[in-house]
Amino acid sequence: MNNQTNQSSQTEVARRGSNGEVTKEQNGRGATSESALRPAVDIFETEDGITLQADMPGVSKDRLEVRIDGTNLLVEGRIGILPQDQAQQPLYADVRSAVYRRSFMLSNEFEASKIDANLKDGVLTVRIPKRPELRPRRIEVRSG
Amino acid sequence: MFVTFMNRESPLFSEFQRLEQELDEFFTGATPWAGGIRSLPPGTFPAINVASSPDALTVYLFAPGIDAKALEISLQQNVLSVNGRREVSQDSNATYYRNERFEGEFRRSIALPEDIDPDKVEASYRDGIVEIRVQRREASRPRQIEIH
Repeated sequence: MNNQTNQSSQTEVARRGSNGEVTKEQNGRGATSESALRPAVDIFETEDGITLQADMPGVSKDRLEVRIDGTNLLVEGRIGILPQDQAQQPLYADVRSAVYRRSFMLSNEFEASKIDANLKDGVLTVRIPKRPELRPRRIEVRSG
Repeated sequence: MFVTFMNRESPLFSEFQRLEQELDEFFTGATPWAGGIRSLPPGTFPAINVASSPDALTVYLFAPGIDAKALEISLQQNVLSVNGRREVSQDSNATYYRNERFEGEFRRSIALPEDIDPDKVEASYRDGIVEIRVQRREASRPRQIEIH
């Protein structure tokens, strides 16, 4: 890989992030080698479908990717508001990567084509409905 | 079993360990207070990054999905404290498979360098990150001295 970094950021982490981004743009594929943060998630199921909520602070809508590839659901986002100011030096960092990435296996009862994703204040909510014919049905018991 | 696993994968593992160590040294080496007595274990909500420039310090709190208006941010001397609460609505009819997201009250304090000006603080909230910018005192900023 021969990266030309044209975005300069001060932190080591951010610099790797920029490289990843450039690679992605140049090659048209994800820079999977970059170490990514694993976002904390809540996953819950109701009768209609399954909902996934992921904490991805710093990710704006245009830097978020929610992709379904077969039965694999990939959630990926890039932190966009870290310092771009040339003069800034990192003093302390809990967060040492600019990328969130996590993937999940879906099963066939979910309708991946009807996925709905929403991002608000750094929280991603993904809803995937179940196929109507596979939703649980209540069976009435007739008396008499 | 774990030992054999480690041995087999050792080039990769040692590479990760080296990287982690290097990052730790990189971040704590420059500032003794980074490994300070107020520091909290990894994974604590919210995560904090601090960046420094000659005229200001910027503190980033990774706090997605909070009501930023209800945040209490205070600065006493050079110690910045943030108190808040995050509500995560739970559906009682749903079956939960994972419940990793933080819920409840949080409080974090961080000691900033001593040359900050506590009167010049501004905070904003965007995409789940609270950005707190504290100016340094004029007197401590680097100055160019001209020779006449």
